[in-house]
Amino acid sequence: MGQITLNQITKSFGDVQVIPPLDLRIEDGEFVVFVGPSGCGKSTLLRLIAGLEDVSSGKITIDGKEATEVPPAKRGLAMVFQSYALYPHMSVRKNIAFPLRMAGLDKAAQKEKVEAAAKVLNLTDYLDRRPGQLSGGQRQRVAIGRAIVREPAAFLFDEPLSNLDAALRVNMRLEISELHQTLKTTMIYVTHDQVEAMTMADKIVVLQAGVIEQVGSPLELYHTPRNKFVAGFIGSPKMNFFMGSFAAEFGAATIGVRPEHLTVSQDGGKWAGKVGVSEHLGSDTFLYVDMDGVDEPITVRSSGEVGFRHGDTVHLTPDPDKIHRFDNQGLRMA
Amino acid sequence: MARATTTRRKIITTVAAWSIGLLIFFPILWTILTSFKTEAQAINDPPLFFFFDWTLENYAVVQERSDYMRFLWNSVILAGGSTLLGILVAIPAAWSMAFVPSKRTKDILLWMLSTKMLPAVGVLYPISLLFVQFNLLDTHIGLIVVLMLINLPIIVWMLYTYFKEIPGEILEAARMDGATLKEEILYILTPMAIPGIASTVLLNFILAWNEAFWTLNLTAAKAAPLTAFIASYSSPEGLFFAKLSAASTMAIAPILILGWFSQKQLVRGLTFGAVK
Repeated sequence: MGQITLNQITKSFGDVQVIPPLDLRIEDGEFVVFVGPSGCGKSTLLRLIAGLEDVSSGKITIDGKEATEVPPAKRGLAMVFQSYALYPHMSVRKNIAFPLRMAGLDKAAQKEKVEAAAKVLNLTDYLDRRPGQLSGGQRQRVAIGRAIVREPAAFLFDEPLSNLDAALRVNMRLEISELHQTLKTTMIYVTHDQVEAMTMADKIVVLQAGVIEQVGSPLELYHTPRNKFVAGFIGSPKMNFFMGSFAAEFGAATIGVRPEHLTVSQDGGKWAGKVGVSEHLGSDTFLYVDMDGVDEPITVRSSGEVGFRHGDTVHLTPDPDKIHRFDNQGLRMA
Repeated sequence: MARATTTRRKIITTVAAWSIGLLIFFPILWTILTSFKTEAQAINDPPLFFFFDWTLENYAVVQERSDYMRFLWNSVILAGGSTLLGILVAIPAAWSMAFVPSKRTKDILLWMLSTKMLPAVGVLYPISLLFVQFNLLDTHIGLIVVLMLINLPIIVWMLYTYFKEIPGEILEAARMDGATLKEEILYILTPMAIPGIASTVLLNFILAWNEAFWTLNLTAAKAAPLTAFIASYSSPEGLFFAKLSAASTMAIAPILILGWFSQKQLVRGLTFGAVK
């Protein structure tokens, strides 16, 4: 079980309120990702749930039980830190066994659980090594091992992959998703990387300055972002925004079109521009097109290889069904 | 050219380092040399360096006249007891200052250090009165408490600096893993800070061993450590430099040997966290 409710919680450091009153409900077994730019309060929110920070006001309940004043050790949650936070003076075996030892489990049961966890995480050969003798990915696995042996109500991940190189990050991302499928335990995952959020989450919570901008499934956020911030943050490459007369034509203050919803042609189309940089990824080509009246170059994503050169004049046409309209408050228009 | 300059600089710094080292060590060397002279040779003018009749007579006399082992034992109890007690008090104190600092933590640290600026004699009277009142004069426990208190600021400061080097996330991980505060300090913080704690223990053991003001003023016979043993040779019978030197050599020998064997640990502790 791992159902977590945040009820009107706030957090202030001194006079600065980093989290204004916030409500959130996380269902049992859900994979929830907190995503937002750095400094948006996502890690603070996770630490409040963990109990490593005290809430300034409001209530946290875990599985229906009031947990606001409960110390971290007693909340039944496990956490994986960005820096792994392994105990450097203990072997991998002892690291993983530590929570069990604290829980007062007998030696035989500890050994059994540690070995089972090590098997799941491919750590069996490394049990007698110290964390200092392991690679980044292995250390991360030890940190996860230490979390899973506790059989917690929920796992908390604080940017666990940001210290790994790109290739390893993709692997670990899959492993964590796989783990969630196997364990079916609630997971709360903090990241600033929207790709991690989109690929892993059942539910994404987009935060900005301590405020929840939108909560929804990855595709909900992609198709119907509630405001300009969410629209610009979710999706890669970023959504293009047009203002002024471009938007007025559609009766909005701003319109947004995702790079994949623009067609590019040399013969003719809605908007004209000049090709700047083009990035060839093989499967796709990203074109950056400079348009008069638009400050930033417009990103266009075309399938396959496209033969435009720097300086070529091209015409862009948006898919009319995929245009996002925003009012002058930046909110989505129906 | 560059090479020549470095070689010359190396020679100069080496010579300078040795000269300063010898200068600092000279009083100890002179004491040790004097302890092997006769009383007449000890006050010879010009002073004799190595060419005199080496004798063990002074050691024999000192050994005969006073119970060295009892003083030694008292020194061990006082230095060891006060250091142990100090560490037990300082670890939780330094933990709170390093990991849950408040607005006043820096002030408290400075205030603690400021107590070291007060001349000890300034509090001699009140402390003596307290000792009389509570029957602590010439007792181990009284001296242990006083030595612990005078060294506590240094112990807390040193541990505070070492603890600051330990990432807070590791302690938070322990908290998430179900460790209580006591377990967190005992199983995670202390083992990780062992090099720092070891050098703090050594330094404070040395400081307490050499402490002379309080040990001389508050002890008589029962709890008197080696400082009192040396002092007993200083004046009453006139100037017996050779015997005084023998007594001094015997008093500093244990701590000198301890320092020699633990210098690696001391240096490692003092540079702890610099390279990780």
